[in-house]
Amino acid sequence: MRPQHNGHATLTLETYKTDGFYDELFSDDGVAHPSARPLIEQIDTLSRGELKRRQKLAENILYQSGNTFNVYGDKKGTEKILPFDIIPRMVSARDWAKLERGIAQRITALNLFIQDIYNDQKILKDKIIPSELIFSSACYLKPCEGLKPPKGVWTHISGTDFVRDGDGEFYVLEDNLRCPSGISYVLENRAVLKRIMPAAFHTLKIRPVSDYGDHLYKTLRHIAPDGRDDPNIIVLTPGIYNSAYFEHAYLAQQMGVPLAQGSDLVVENDVVYMRTTAGLKQVDVIYRRIDDEFLDPQIFRKESLLGVPGIMGAYRKGNVALANAPGTGIADDKAIYAYVPKIIKYYLGEDAISHNVPTYICEDDKEREYVLANLDKLVVKAVNLSGGYGMLIGPKSTRAEQKEFARLIQAKPREYIAQPTLSLSRAPTLIGNGIEGRHVDFRPYSLYGEEIFTLPGGLTRVAIKKGSLVVNSSQGGGSKDTWVLADEAETN
Amino acid sequence: MLSRVANSIYWMARYLERADCVARFIDVNTHLMLDLALDQYSAQWYPLVATSGDDEDFTRRYKQADERAVVRFMTFDQSNPNSILQCIFRARENARTVREVIPVEMWEKINELYHLTQSQSRKRSVADLADYYKEVRQSGHLFTGLMHNTMSRDMGWQFAHLGQMLERADKTARLLDVKYFLLLPHNDVWKDSAYDAVQWGAVLKSVNALEMYRQQFHTTNYKDVTEFLLFSRAFPRSVQFCLEDAAAALETLTGDKAKLSMASREMTTLCKTLHSSDTSHIISAGLHEFIDIFQANLNLVDEAIYETYFKL
Repeated sequence: MRPQHNGHATLTLETYKTDGFYDELFSDDGVAHPSARPLIEQIDTLSRGELKRRQKLAENILYQSGNTFNVYGDKKGTEKILPFDIIPRMVSARDWAKLERGIAQRITALNLFIQDIYNDQKILKDKIIPSELIFSSACYLKPCEGLKPPKGVWTHISGTDFVRDGDGEFYVLEDNLRCPSGISYVLENRAVLKRIMPAAFHTLKIRPVSDYGDHLYKTLRHIAPDGRDDPNIIVLTPGIYNSAYFEHAYLAQQMGVPLAQGSDLVVENDVVYMRTTAGLKQVDVIYRRIDDEFLDPQIFRKESLLGVPGIMGAYRKGNVALANAPGTGIADDKAIYAYVPKIIKYYLGEDAISHNVPTYICEDDKEREYVLANLDKLVVKAVNLSGGYGMLIGPKSTRAEQKEFARLIQAKPREYIAQPTLSLSRAPTLIGNGIEGRHVDFRPYSLYGEEIFTLPGGLTRVAIKKGSLVVNSSQGGGSKDTWVLADEAETN
Repeated sequence: MLSRVANSIYWMARYLERADCVARFIDVNTHLMLDLALDQYSAQWYPLVATSGDDEDFTRRYKQADERAVVRFMTFDQSNPNSILQCIFRARENARTVREVIPVEMWEKINELYHLTQSQSRKRSVADLADYYKEVRQSGHLFTGLMHNTMSRDMGWQFAHLGQMLERADKTARLLDVKYFLLLPHNDVWKDSAYDAVQWGAVLKSVNALEMYRQQFHTTNYKDVTEFLLFSRAFPRSVQFCLEDAAAALETLTGDKAKLSMASREMTTLCKTLHSSDTSHIISAGLHEFIDIFQANLNLVDEAIYETYFKL
């Protein structure tokens, strides 16, 4: 069923080309997936001018909301928003159901893994993972040994990165268990699309995301120390100059809780207090958006001015709960990532529902040899970096870059892993005067409180540059709203 | 409420009120100069700088106090901490640190005003600015409206209200003082009551007080305007009115603590400064001298608020 055109300058998505890539909205050139048809038909009724006008309107709404960053080196105080594309990405109810199960399984297993690693280390004794791999990791935090977080949960908030390969399967790229950012974009992007494409919400059953604040608050309340019936829950931010400050303020606002900086808090006798206009007030739960290493200068980085001296002591005593628990980064190490299927099998006795991308660990002599011989085909990543930093994309790299990475890998093999270059899926994106396919990834956000909840939506990042596979905002990527569709059978 | 947050809300409101008042100051002078039919060479802009209290900074950096220089200094000068641009910048920085406690629309209003100011500051012509000043004043009204209509009357509101009222009391007093600094070439023009009426009419207009004033006093003269702007219990921009509101906010913040806070004590002293005088007495002893003392006491209140609520 093709949309009817009324003659004037519509975009005619009939001419949209998938170029052989898996596409999130099209099954073939000019043919929309059945579930995406109502959206495509609607876009087709809009003239080019109208679509551009709506794109401008969306950008203006985001600009006025103040989620902006300063243009580096600009003295006039010019501010910009992250690029935003108004054409949403869609996830079918079926795909979502599988993702949801896959995420819950991973997070359950990874929590058991972190608890085990910092306590009994059974998985090491059983030789499922080589001990050297754990103890050589920069993310293994000795001060966390013996920690038992409230209710046994370490990773209260996580954002699993997925990509879809040419076969249409979703693969996990990263688990992001250290308080990932980006959820504010999910909520803001949705608010924008409800304003500029309201009609689509009438024809499609799109699952809402606006109750995230409620879920987050419940997750945090769940871990409050016993006996604190009306717990004082706060968000802890590094401060106004942090690039995610908008998000920290946004989340505090969504939950109606104070947003504190390190200097607002003080620890006395292993109890955390905040400085209020009426004196010191005890703090019970902290959703901290400060990295582990800056959290407590008495324990981690001594020079950190962002953190709260003594907070780890209060945490160990059970007088305050932290989300996420410190130490979760061990499960984010990209070399450990390679073992996640085994971790799932070991703790849950199940096969992984969501697949890993095959990963070569450079620390392993045989695997390193393969990596070095195939640098032009593989993606090489530093195990402890994210955001698209410390990365080599083989097929798009120069000889010199490959040589440089060969040197880096040989010097510090533990620091690198490699993966085959995936054929990332694409989604239609407004580019100039037309609509073209651009590569995307997908990060849904999960909360682990009384149970595991994954918000039916997420952040779709899009590589605006033609052919680029790097979606990170630090590398010029933008974002899209993500529509998870409700199951027709369930809702009707 | 976090001390830092209370401090930021207080200053957010103060800076916005200050930007609003500076726009009013420039407005009053523009009208005054036009009404007095002074040519651009004898037009007086320096009194505005003197009234603002930033005269030292101005004379150090500007050669002459003509319209262009003064307007530039008070509107878009990056180095003048009390220029409209700087006030709005600081209001926004403060608002940014308290976004979680103020309604979204309030933040968006401040943000919008900031972006408008940024784009206007690139314009060079003074004549083009009338619309901008109007926008600043309108934003002030919108901001106050949002504050009153969308914020719970909890601590955040009380601190914002306190900041706004203290700033307004300060600026209304300074506005009254403008005559002290006006040194016109022909001193005798001030004996002419027609000019007196013109001058005070412009002052009243700049604080949106002309109509309300006339309903009470019908004709404009020095003594009645001073009476109205200092002591009116009914007009919401008079010094008396602002102080009563500020004192009430402080009382709510103090709660039922038996011991009076330092802030409340200083506030009481400030109110006494005002109550112990009347207009005739103030005029005979010198309005300028009175306002000097008043402002010194106002600064003490500000310091005491810091000590009582923000210092921890």
